[in-house]
Amino acid sequence: MSFELSIPFAQYTRAFADTFTMVGISGAIAFFVGIPVAVLLNVTTPGGFLASPRLNRAVGSVVNSFRATPFIVLMVALIPLTRLITGTSIGVWAAIVPLSISATPFFARIAEVSLREVDPGLVEAAQAMGCKKWEIVRHVYLPEALPGIIGGFTITLVALISSSAMAGAVGAGGLGDLAIRYGYQRFDTEVMVIVIAVLIVLVTSVQAAGDYYVRWLRNR
Amino acid sequence: MSVNEFVIPGLMPLLQRQAESGTVAKLVNALDASPLRETRTDAVAVADKKAIGTVRFEALGKVYQSSAGKVSALEDISLDIQAGSIFGIIGRSGAGKSSLLRTINRLETPSSGRVWVDGVDVAALDENGLVALRRRIGMIFQHFNLLSAKTVYENVALPLRVARVPNAEIHQRVTRLLELVGLADKHATYPGRLSGGQKQRVGVARALATNPEILLCDEATSALDPEATQSILALLRDINRQLAITIILITHEMSVIHEIADRVVVLEKGRIAEEGEVWKVFGNPQHDATRALLLLLEHDLPQDLRATLVHEPPQDKAFERILAFSYTGAGGLEPDFIRIGEALDTRVRLIHGGLDRIQGHAHGRLLLAVDGRAQLPKLDNLTTGQGAIAHDIQEIGYVV
Ligand SMILES: Nc1ncnc2c1ncn2[C@@H]1O[C@H](COP(=O)(O)OP(=O)(O)OP(=O)(O)O)[C@@H](O)[C@H]1O
Ligand SMILES: [Mg+2]
Repeated sequence: MSFELSIPFAQYTRAFADTFTMVGISGAIAFFVGIPVAVLLNVTTPGGFLASPRLNRAVGSVVNSFRATPFIVLMVALIPLTRLITGTSIGVWAAIVPLSISATPFFARIAEVSLREVDPGLVEAAQAMGCKKWEIVRHVYLPEALPGIIGGFTITLVALISSSAMAGAVGAGGLGDLAIRYGYQRFDTEVMVIVIAVLIVLVTSVQAAGDYYVRWLRNR
Repeated sequence: MSVNEFVIPGLMPLLQRQAESGTVAKLVNALDASPLRETRTDAVAVADKKAIGTVRFEALGKVYQSSAGKVSALEDISLDIQAGSIFGIIGRSGAGKSSLLRTINRLETPSSGRVWVDGVDVAALDENGLVALRRRIGMIFQHFNLLSAKTVYENVALPLRVARVPNAEIHQRVTRLLELVGLADKHATYPGRLSGGQKQRVGVARALATNPEILLCDEATSALDPEATQSILALLRDINRQLAITIILITHEMSVIHEIADRVVVLEKGRIAEEGEVWKVFGNPQHDATRALLLLLEHDLPQDLRATLVHEPPQDKAFERILAFSYTGAGGLEPDFIRIGEALDTRVRLIHGGLDRIQGHAHGRLLLAVDGRAQLPKLDNLTTGQGAIAHDIQEIGYVV
């Protein structure tokens, strides 16, 4: 059986690689920046062990304003910053800047909720055994909240996959861009269907991997 | 901070002295072999020479600021707890037991007065001093508070890890501690897979990891079944005897105090109702609160009722009066609900209790609830003569 694709196969692999790079790198940035932000929000909250309502409000409102801005608007608004960081305002790297900046506050809020749900009794036990503040974060808050954090990170990755479709607007390529250029503008249904199928498989596998890991963490 | 700073000065000779028999002795030998040195030089060390594990409260007060306003949880508490003793704290729910216990390791800061541990004012310690103090005070909790993301071994090792004890020594000590509490085979298990009793054993091992001189227990057996309770109590008694650790425990179970405590304090609304040797306090309670508590505990009230029972009739709310009827079996007197209803002249509800029949005599206690508005006859008149409906009737409290 032979099957003739309407566009070269390499276009698909190229688009997949672009999406993968964008989601992977901005996901990693969101993870490593989001967790400290979440910890900061958590310990500075009233009643937290570094209670500082002003700092908490300041960080909280920065996080909220980024979350309030739709991604497509954020991407345009951030062009000057993107140019400053990457030296260009088009391409994969130019998309990574707004993607990370929108995913980080999103993930930070989810991680914050997981941290908040850590049993205060555990924190107390750690204090009673002579743990210092940083040790409580390291040995109690982070490991105990890990299942929730991983669950939240999975949601963040899926959201990133979907936002990255808009990155075509800055010429970053990727699967979403492919679907829009061929599927929508040139009425190439085949491309559209293939891209959607790939995205479904991608999102499903990310979600399944995340769920599996969370289940493993919870059941040990 | 130096590696061995958490070691209690003077404990090693003490441990050697105590090392005679049993598992605890095995532990002691193991700890003895580890290269522990005395490094603390301050006033604490001097105080330690006199007595290790004394606690002294001086005119202690605690006021909580809450959204509902100020709550005075403790008032004018002055108390001495001797080194090496088992000291019980009892009182109704909300009496301030946990608040008092938690001031010892400064999980709660007093609003007034002082707490002295081995002659050192706890409030005066800086962060390092506080951490050092907490390493000398172990604590176990009603809900165990084990870290679910760490194995049994890692849980017990954590206090040592954060004290920067070398790994080899941690390994040796944790292994011994797990042997001591009978969980050597569970070292790689996560707490989620343990029974309540096993979890509390891990809690005890963790609390003992840094060789504390004082062990605080906040309702440590309340979440356990009777058998697990017994085994934890036996463990605590062993630890107290063989390691000479002062144990301060809160409990709702009178039997626990009976069984292991030397002295007991009864708290009532944040104040000391009475304090003394257990046999004296229990044998001849001086305060209403103690009597009510003894009665309550004697009846082994179900948790929900115990939580809602109050000492004074609630104002402006409908409530029920809780009466305890006792039957000794004498004179063939048995609970007769029609006569009880007639005598009290109101509706009566049986809420708890039971009778044993011993050689044909009904023996036991019943808790009955009656409407709070009902005018009851004088209860004393109902326990004598022809009209007697029970051998003893006591009003033990009120529920809304
Ligand atoms: N963090 C807090 N904020 C405000 N009020 C508090 C706080 N902790 C305790 N209280 C109040 O202080 C009083 C004493 O509480 P505490 O927990 O010491 O009682 P307890 O004797 O241990 O009770 P229980 O037997 O139910 O554990 C109660 O009235 C309680 O509501
Ligand atoms: Mg309590």
